Amino acid sequence: MSHSTAVQSLGHAAPPSRRRRPIVLRVARTLTPLLWIGPSIALIGFAVGWPVYSMFRTSFLKVSSFGLVEGGNGGANFTKLFNEPQFASIIERSVIWVVSVVVITTVISLGLAQMFHKRFPGRRITRWALIAPWAASVLMTAIVFKWMLSPTSGLINVVGHHLGLVGSLDRADPLGVASTSFPWLIIVAIFVSLPFTTYAILAGHNSIPGGLYEAAAVDGASKWRAYWSITLPLLRPAIVVATLINIMNVFNNFPIIWAMTHGQPGYSTATTTVFMYILKGSDIGESAAMSVINFGIVAIFTAVFLKVSGWKTEVE
Amino acid sequence: MTTATLKAQQTRGVAQRRKRYPERPTWKTVVLTASAYIVALIFIFPYIDMVITSLRPQAELGTSAVLPKHFTFSAYSQLLSSGLLHNLLITVYIAAGATILVLVVAMPAAYYAARYKFRGRILFLLIVLITQMMQPASMLVGIYRQYFTIGGLDTVWSLILVNAGFNMAFAVWILTAYFGSIPRELEEAAMVEGTSRLGALRRVTLPLAAPGVVTALIFTFIAAWNEFLVALTLTTTPDKQPLTVAINSFLGAYSIPWQNLFAASVIATIPVIVLFALIERKVVSGLTAGSIK
Repeated sequence: MSHSTAVQSLGHAAPPSRRRRPIVLRVARTLTPLLWIGPSIALIGFAVGWPVYSMFRTSFLKVSSFGLVEGGNGGANFTKLFNEPQFASIIERSVIWVVSVVVITTVISLGLAQMFHKRFPGRRITRWALIAPWAASVLMTAIVFKWMLSPTSGLINVVGHHLGLVGSLDRADPLGVASTSFPWLIIVAIFVSLPFTTYAILAGHNSIPGGLYEAAAVDGASKWRAYWSITLPLLRPAIVVATLINIMNVFNNFPIIWAMTHGQPGYSTATTTVFMYILKGSDIGESAAMSVINFGIVAIFTAVFLKVSGWKTEVE
Repeated sequence: MTTATLKAQQTRGVAQRRKRYPERPTWKTVVLTASAYIVALIFIFPYIDMVITSLRPQAELGTSAVLPKHFTFSAYSQLLSSGLLHNLLITVYIAAGATILVLVVAMPAAYYAARYKFRGRILFLLIVLITQMMQPASMLVGIYRQYFTIGGLDTVWSLILVNAGFNMAFAVWILTAYFGSIPRELEEAAMVEGTSRLGALRRVTLPLAAPGVVTALIFTFIAAWNEFLVALTLTTTPDKQPLTVAINSFLGAYSIPWQNLFAASVIATIPVIVLFALIERKVVSGLTAGSIK
């Protein structure tokens, strides 16, 4: 297997030297990695590590609305957060948000990748179109959807009206009604997640040797059978990576909800991220507590992913 | 056999498998092509509406007509007189700064992690992977408190640091995979011929890793270009805000000036879509290196 030899040869990168080297050289040897990876660690430490520390610390502090620390607060910020009347429903909604967006995105992307992997006239142009929601700012996509869903003149409402799906145009306000606003937010989140996922799976398709399908055809396997037994297993790494990145993106997604509904009506479309932002305006300590919970959820997702992805074999 | 030759063989296999289009397209191709175009249309539909709305005259904004009767560029000329171009410039600074910082920091780290087994390598890659999961949103209060403490509110450098810090992990990850897929024998061959290690890196490895580097670069640039939440949190003065935040503040107006808002959006969106379209194929191969080895 050519692949494993390549990996093994990497393993013997530095042939061990039995000869004792002068101390200066040995110190230099130990420090060499730091020279190469040190800056990246420093950047992670400053831009990611510091905020994590600061977030945990703030969650146990009493902070005035002007940002002045008024001393320790013990676990009071968390108690206050858990006692918010809408806390449970916000957690529940965040779970629905992530699961529905990620699952539907992955399923649709599998179909889209299958379609755009085939050759047809104009494939390049259509693939470019597919990129748009990925390249464009999520915020701006969300704003366009808000515009297209606005009462009276929103294009989606108008088209729905012509199709007989929407009654009076002046009253059509899908984002103003709790029962329809959240599904629309999910649709927009799927819309912006599709390009990345589809492209990741397309990349997976490209790495599958065509000979496998010929062999399967010779053996008399049906197209479905070939898809199920060859394509899907070989796409697994691509799907896993895409799903991981999606979960994080969707869970942390803020612009869609903020631009389209601000978490309203009431708190009916607020996820934990949005709730944290709303709290930031009134009580930084409580907001930090919400932040810590979010961080914990992300940490759990991360751990689960690390376990299933087999990343270690990938880097070794 | 090395990974590169294996890949080359795969590519040849794919090339052989592909046949020229038959003279008369089959029904299957017709249906496939038609549905692909419909899907493509759905994907650019919101952006088409964005462009159309930016060209709508004020009088036709509230109407339910799908297409306006007249088109006007007044929203774009108003853009010049409004401060939004200044906000766009701030976005350019942030995105360019973050991209440069990421490349300078991520490339050596990725190269070293791909080439050498050193103590703490696995730990380093684990930290990178964990950082990749982390997003500013999940630690927003911490970010705010940090820059509040060190005087980084309303500054460009703070946003460069945040964007670089959170996007570097993806760059390291994808570049490590890329450098790892380049056979070290190629570098060694160059070194046998008298090139220094750094020379081999510059003349052999970097050109081969270029698609990965471009991918990492574009990813970072677009992420920083489009970033919204941290900028919303760290900047309060209108003339210090990047374009996303400035556009968002339009939404707070009693009567939203949609055409101005979308004129700015069009200007901010078209560069990134074009940039992305230019490297579409490389993105795919870059992603392959990141996810499937």
